[in-house]
Amino acid sequence: MIKRLLRCVGEYKTPAIITPLLILGESVIECLMPFIIANLINDIKAGCGLDDIVKKGVILFLLACLSLAFGAAAGFTSAKASAGFSKNLRRRVFEKTQEFSFENIDKFSSASLVTRMTTDIANVQMSFMMIIRTAIRSPLMLIFSIIMSTIMGGPLAMTFVVVVPLLVFGLIMVGKKALPAFRAVFKKYDKLNESIEENVAAMRTVKGFVREQHEKVKFGKASDDICRDFTRAERIVACNEPLMQFCLYFNMVFVMLIGSYLVITGRGETVDVGQLSAMLTYGVQVLMSLMMLSMIYVILTISVESMRRVDEVLCEESALKNPENPVYEVKDGSIEFENVSFKYSAAAEKFALADIDLSIKSGETVGIIGGTGSSKSTLIQLISRLYDTTVGSVKIGGIDVRDYDLVTLRDSVSVVLQKNVLFSGSIKDNLRWGNKNATDEEMIEACKLAQAHDFITSFPDGYDTMIEQGGTNVSGGQKQRLCIARALLKKPKILILDDSTSAVDTKTDAMIRRDFAEYIPETTKLIIAQRISSVEEADKIIVMDNGKITAIGTHDELLISSDIYREVYQQQTRGGQSNE
Amino acid sequence: MNNFKQKPKFGKSQMKSLSRVIKLLWGYYPVLVPLTAICIIFTAFVSAIPSLFQQNILASIEKWYLTGDWESAAQEIVPLILLLIVLYVVSIVSMVVYTQLMAYITQGFLSKLRCTLFDKMQDLPIKYFDTHRHGDIMSHYTNDIDTLRQLVSGTIPAVLRSGAIIIVILGIMIYYCGWLTLLVLLGVLSMLFISKFIGGGSAKYFVQQQMSMGKVEGYIQEIMNGQKVVKVFNHEEEAQADFDKINETLYEHSFKAHAYANTLGPIINNIGNVLYVLTAILGGLLMLLNVPNLSLSGKALSISIVIPFLNMTKQFTGNFNTVSQQVNTLVMALAGADRVFALMDEEPEADEGYVTLVNAKVDENGNITESEKRTGKWAWKHPHGDGTTTYTLLTGDVRLTEVDFSYDGEKQVLTDVSVYAEPGQKVAFVGATGAGKTTITNLINRFYDIADGKIRYDGININKIKKADLRRSLGIVLQDTNLFTGTVLENIRYGRLEATDEECREAARLAGADDFITRLPQGYNTLLTGNGANLSQGQRQLIAIARAAVADPPVMILDEATSSIDTRTEAIVSRGMDKLMEGRTVFVIAHRLSTVMNSDVIMVLDHGKIIERGNHDKLIAERGTYYQLYTGAFELE
Repeated sequence: MIKRLLRCVGEYKTPAIITPLLILGESVIECLMPFIIANLINDIKAGCGLDDIVKKGVILFLLACLSLAFGAAAGFTSAKASAGFSKNLRRRVFEKTQEFSFENIDKFSSASLVTRMTTDIANVQMSFMMIIRTAIRSPLMLIFSIIMSTIMGGPLAMTFVVVVPLLVFGLIMVGKKALPAFRAVFKKYDKLNESIEENVAAMRTVKGFVREQHEKVKFGKASDDICRDFTRAERIVACNEPLMQFCLYFNMVFVMLIGSYLVITGRGETVDVGQLSAMLTYGVQVLMSLMMLSMIYVILTISVESMRRVDEVLCEESALKNPENPVYEVKDGSIEFENVSFKYSAAAEKFALADIDLSIKSGETVGIIGGTGSSKSTLIQLISRLYDTTVGSVKIGGIDVRDYDLVTLRDSVSVVLQKNVLFSGSIKDNLRWGNKNATDEEMIEACKLAQAHDFITSFPDGYDTMIEQGGTNVSGGQKQRLCIARALLKKPKILILDDSTSAVDTKTDAMIRRDFAEYIPETTKLIIAQRISSVEEADKIIVMDNGKITAIGTHDELLISSDIYREVYQQQTRGGQSNE
Repeated sequence: MNNFKQKPKFGKSQMKSLSRVIKLLWGYYPVLVPLTAICIIFTAFVSAIPSLFQQNILASIEKWYLTGDWESAAQEIVPLILLLIVLYVVSIVSMVVYTQLMAYITQGFLSKLRCTLFDKMQDLPIKYFDTHRHGDIMSHYTNDIDTLRQLVSGTIPAVLRSGAIIIVILGIMIYYCGWLTLLVLLGVLSMLFISKFIGGGSAKYFVQQQMSMGKVEGYIQEIMNGQKVVKVFNHEEEAQADFDKINETLYEHSFKAHAYANTLGPIINNIGNVLYVLTAILGGLLMLLNVPNLSLSGKALSISIVIPFLNMTKQFTGNFNTVSQQVNTLVMALAGADRVFALMDEEPEADEGYVTLVNAKVDENGNITESEKRTGKWAWKHPHGDGTTTYTLLTGDVRLTEVDFSYDGEKQVLTDVSVYAEPGQKVAFVGATGAGKTTITNLINRFYDIADGKIRYDGININKIKKADLRRSLGIVLQDTNLFTGTVLENIRYGRLEATDEECREAARLAGADDFITRLPQGYNTLLTGNGANLSQGQRQLIAIARAAVADPPVMILDEATSSIDTRTEAIVSRGMDKLMEGRTVFVIAHRLSTVMNSDVIMVLDHGKIIERGNHDKLIAERGTYYQLYTGAFELE
C-alpha cells in the first residue's frame, strides 16, 4: 500500500530526498552547539582572554546561521515535496474514479469519494511532511545527543540508561492501550454526529410527533456513553506527561548530585562545570526527541486509516475493460438480447434480470412499462455497457457490445438517465457535453426537438443562462428536456429515455415524441415511462415485472393480453375518461 | 474557512467570550476547575525554579572543587537536592492529579455542552432550521466543539502554565542579573517581530489554500454526483483536465502556505540559539570586564549565575513562543465558541398556549370527563380566567379564516386564504411549487404563526392551544421521509411510543407496508441506517404512513405522502389510506391528481391565493385551471 502511494511522489522525488539530508545537517549542527557552548563556558570560567570568547562566539553564531539556512531550506523543500505529493495523489485518485464503471461507482458513495480526495489526502500530506522532516530528525537527534553526552558527560551519561528505557516502555504501553481505545471511541463519535444530522434533517418529524423530549433523552444517553469512553482513553494518554516530567526531573537530580560529586572529587578534571551544563541540555534534548517520536507514532497511526481509504480507491479495478481489438463502428440501431441474466454483485442471491430474450429492429420505437423495482433501468443499462451481463449477451448492430470500443459504443447509444444532473456552467456548456464541437445551429436544432428551445429563449440570457450546481435554477421538467437535448446532440443510433419526461406535461411530452418520429426516424428509441400515454403509440411495448419480461406487444394487444398493463391503464385513466 | 478570513486579533469581544467559556466551565465543575488551575500553576512554578538550585549548587561546587572536599560540599549540596526531590515529588503528584482531572473535565465539559446544545436545538422553532443550512448547524457539533476541546484541554492550560513559568523566570532573572535579562527581553522582542512577519505571510496563503481547497471539493462533489452522466457522455478526459487545473492552484497555495510555516520554526529556534550564545558571551564579557552587576540579589556576576541563566534563556524563549503561538489558536477557538454561544442564545420556540389535550370519556348525557386511560376520544381542556374549566370534544373541525402569511415579512406567501374543513372531510390542495400548499399545513400545526386572520380548531383559536398538544392531535406524513437509525419496528413506534408490537404491525398492515417489511431479511427487526438507505423511496413513504397510522391522530396532514409510490403500488396503498382517512379530517397535498380526485373539497392554489374550490366533478365541469392540470395541458412542478 505504502509503495503504491509513494509512487505518486513522482517529479517531487528530489525535494523529498533533499529534505532529510538538509535536516541531517541541521541536526548535526544543533548537537554540536551545546558542545561548543560547554567549551565557551569553561573558557569564561577559566578567565580566558576576550579573543577566545569572541572567536567561539563568532563560530557559534555562524553555526546558528548555517543551521537556520539548513532548517529553512528543509522547510521549503518539505513543503514542496508534500504539497506535490498530495497533488499527484489527488490527481491519481480522481483519474481512477474517471476509469470507474457503474459497478465501481455504486460501490463508493460520492460523499465518501469527496472525503477521500479532500480530508484523507490532506491527512496523508501532513503525515508525509511530518515523516520527511521530523521522523528523521528525532531519531537523529536522539542518537547524536546520546553519543555527545557519552563523550562529554562520561559517567553522567549513565542517567540515560535508566531514563530512556523507562520512557520508551512507558510510551509504548500508553500507545498500545490508548490507540485502540481512541479508534473505538472515534467510531462511536461518528455515529453520534450522524444521529445529530439525522435529527436536524428530521426536525419537522420530531416536532410533528412532539418527540423533542424523547430525542433529548436518547441523545443524552449516547453522549454520556461517549464521554465515558473518551475520558477513559484520554486518561491513559494523560499518563504521558507526568512520566515525561518524571524522567526530566530524574535526569536533573541525577546530573546535579552525581555531577557535583564528580566535579568536586575529581577537582574538575574528570568532569567539569561546562560539561555539567551540557549534560543538562542534552538530557532535555534526548527526552524531547523521544516525545516527538511517540507523537509521530500517534499521528501516523491516525493517518494510516486515511491512507487505507485512499489506497482502496487506487486498488479498485475497473469492472469494465475495453476489448483488445475493438470495433470502431456501430452499423445500425438494432438491439438483441440473447438469454440475458444479470445480477448487481456476485454475492446477490437474486438475479435483477432473468432470461431476457428480446429483439428490436433499427429505427423502432419501444416503450417499457413496469412498477418500481421491476428492473426497467437495469435492462437498458446493459445496452450501452454501463454494466456487463452476468449470463448471455447483448448485441447492437449484430455485434456483441463487449466487442465495441467503449467510447464508440456510448457515443452511438445515448442514455438519458433517470437520476440525471446538469453541471454548473451555461446551458451551452451543458449541451456541449453531447458534442464538444456542436455549432449553435446544431444546439438549437436539438433543443427544438426536445421542446426546450422556447423556454431557453424566454430566459434573459437565452442559451448563455448559467445553470447552478445541481441545476437548481430550472424546473424539473425543464431540466429533463435539457438532458434530452444534450443526449440528442450526440446524434446517436440508439436513444434511451429512462423515465426522462416524468415531470414534463403530457402535451409537451407528446410533442417530443411526435418530433422524434418525424425528424429522427432512423434512430432506435427506447422509452421507459410511468405514464401509459408516453408509450401508447410505440411500435412495441415491453411490460416488465420483477426482473422479467411478462408481455410484449402493441397497446391494443397488451390491453387484451396483459393483466398488469390493463390494470395500470385503468388506474391512470380512472374517472378521467367520462369527463373528456 | 471563516477562521482564516481575518488575521487573528485578541480584543475585547474575545475577552468576553473567553470569560464566558471559563464561567461555563467553572459552573459545571466549581471545585475541580480551580483545583486543576492550582495544580497547573504549582507544577509550572516547580519547573521554573531549578535554576535557583542550580545556581546554589554550582556556587558550592565552585567553592569546594579546588580542595576536592566532598564531605563539606555534601553538607551544602545534599540538603538542597533533597529539598528539590521533595518539590519534584509533590509536583509530579500534582501533575498526575491535574492531567487526570483535565481528561475528566474536558470530556465532561464537551458532553455537557453537546447536550445543552442539542436540548436547546430541540426547542428552536422550525424557522431556525429553514433559515440555516444543515451543514452549518452540524459544524457546531463537529468543528466548533472540536475547537472548544482544543481551547479547554490545550490552549488554556498551556497559557496558564507558560504564563506562570515566564513570570517566575523573569523574576529569577531580574533577581540575578539585570543586564542579561535585558538582552533576553530584546531577543524575545525580535522573535515576536519576525514571527509576526512570517506568520502573516503564511496566514495569507493558508486563507488561499483553504479557498482553493473549497473549490476542489466543490468540483469533486459535482463530478462525483454526476459520475454516471460523465460516463454516459464519455466526458472523463475533459473532467480530468478541469480538475488538473484547479488541483494545480491548490498545490501552489498549499506549497506556499507550508513553506512559510515550515521556515518559521527553524528561524525562531535559531534566534533562540543565537540568543543563548549571546547570553553566554555577554555574561563572559561582563565577568571579564568586571562590570558591576545590576540585580535584585546584589550578588556579583559569576559562572554560577551565567550557567543557570543560559538554561533560563531557553526556558523563557520556549515558553514565550508557546504563548505567542497559542494566541492564534485561542482566537480561532473563541470564534468557534462564539458560534456555539450564538446557537445557545437563540430564542426558543415560544408557547403561550394553555389549552391542553386530554383523553375524554363521554357519558350518556353528553357530559365530558377527563380520563387517565386511552379512550379513543379526546377533548380540549380549556381553563378560564375565572378558575373554571371547560371541556370541548375534539372533532377535527379546522377553519382558516382570511389568513395572510409571509416568511420574511416582505414577500406575501398566502393572501386571504380561507379553508373550512369539517370533521371527517378530506381537503386537498393542488398547485404549482411555491403556490403555498405546504405553507398552509405549516400554519395549522404552528411551525409558523400567521400574520393576519384566524385559525380555529374545534372553535378554539390555535394560539391558545399548547403547541405540543396541538401537534399531538395532528399526524403528518411528509414528502421527504425521515427515518431514524433503528429497527423498522422502532421507526413505526415513533408515532406512539407506548404502542405494542402488535399495534405497530396493525398500522403497517393498514398502510400496506406489512407485505414488504415481512420480506426484509429480519422483518420488523431489520435495522435501518442512513435514513433507510437500504429501502426504496416508496418503501420509506410506506413506513412513514404506518408511523402516522400508529399515532392514530384525529387530524392528518399528508404532504405528497405517496409521491414516490408507483401507480400500481399506490392502488394497493390507497385502500389502506382510505381506511386510514376514515373518520378523520385530512389535508392532502399531492402532485398526482389521482390521489386527490376523491376529496370532498379541492383547493387550487396559485401564488398564495385560492383560485378554484370544489369537488372533482365541479372543477372539471368548470373547465378552469384544475381541468387543464387534469388533462395534462399544464406542467405541474
